[in-house]
Amino acid sequence: MNDSWQQFLHMGGYARYVWSAYGIAAAVMLANVVAPIVALARIKRRIAREEFVDD
Amino acid sequence: MSHSSAMRWLHRFGSLPYFYRVSRLWARCLALPGLAMAGYGVYAGLAIVPPDYQQGDVFRIIYIHVPSAWLSLFGYTAMAVAGVVILVWRLKIAEIFIIAAAPIGASFTFLTLVTGSIWGEPTWGTWWVWDARLTSELILLFLYLGVIALHQAIESPRIAARACALLSVVGVINIPIIHYSVVWWNTLHQGSTIRPLGGSTMETDMIIPLLIGALGFTLIFGWLTLWRMRAQLIWRERRSRWVTRMIHHER
Repeated sequence: MNDSWQQFLHMGGYARYVWSAYGIAAAVMLANVVAPIVALARIKRRIAREEFVDD
Repeated sequence: MSHSSAMRWLHRFGSLPYFYRVSRLWARCLALPGLAMAGYGVYAGLAIVPPDYQQGDVFRIIYIHVPSAWLSLFGYTAMAVAGVVILVWRLKIAEIFIIAAAPIGASFTFLTLVTGSIWGEPTWGTWWVWDARLTSELILLFLYLGVIALHQAIESPRIAARACALLSVVGVINIPIIHYSVVWWNTLHQGSTIRPLGGSTMETDMIIPLLIGALGFTLIFGWLTLWRMRAQLIWRERRSRWVTRMIHHER
């Protein structure tokens, strides 16, 4: 690893604050993207099984 | 737009099969520029702009904190507008919007509070303080959670949507309170960084990536909301002919 990369990761001594903030943000965004895709697939499966034909 | 063509547009937009068909393309059109712009904003904020002369590198949290805060306000305001549409016109697509947008708005409100807290510790010396800005943003999170809880607690989707609409419309009073809290009260939270009428407190080189990022995250908000609306829509319409037909056709 070269110096400028290490300097970037070091964030002027604030690495744990900056990277934890962005890490949590990345996790929340990922959950936001995955949740509707999973939900849509699950709903389609349930409808395909014709669970709602008679009620 | 003439009156009749406006009504025709409204009728088509309110048509659920039509919405389901076209929203997929709309979502894609939002996703690509949204990801690119948000990605650029975050990248520039972390790697290109110089450190703040007072706060050093910790100020880089602003490139996720401010877009999240903006969307926490934008999302709830949009829900309040949909709330009025529900209460006055009973438009089903607005009911679907309100419940699709609530979890996304809540997630950005959560991010605002968490990133702000992480920023506060080295800058203010505390993770949390019952300051006007922080407290009103926390109330916003409870409002979002209240809308989600109401929707889950009431079985009839139409009655649930009216309850959610009412809470959105009443709760929107909190939005100007959050916005002006740093002006009205002497808070620990710093004043606005971006001032559209001039006098922003940030250098242009630092503010442009922030604005591009905020726009990008707004497009992402739209993309995610459309996907949630699609799921919510076919669930609501699961007994209707066009949904069952479409799904059997897909298989």
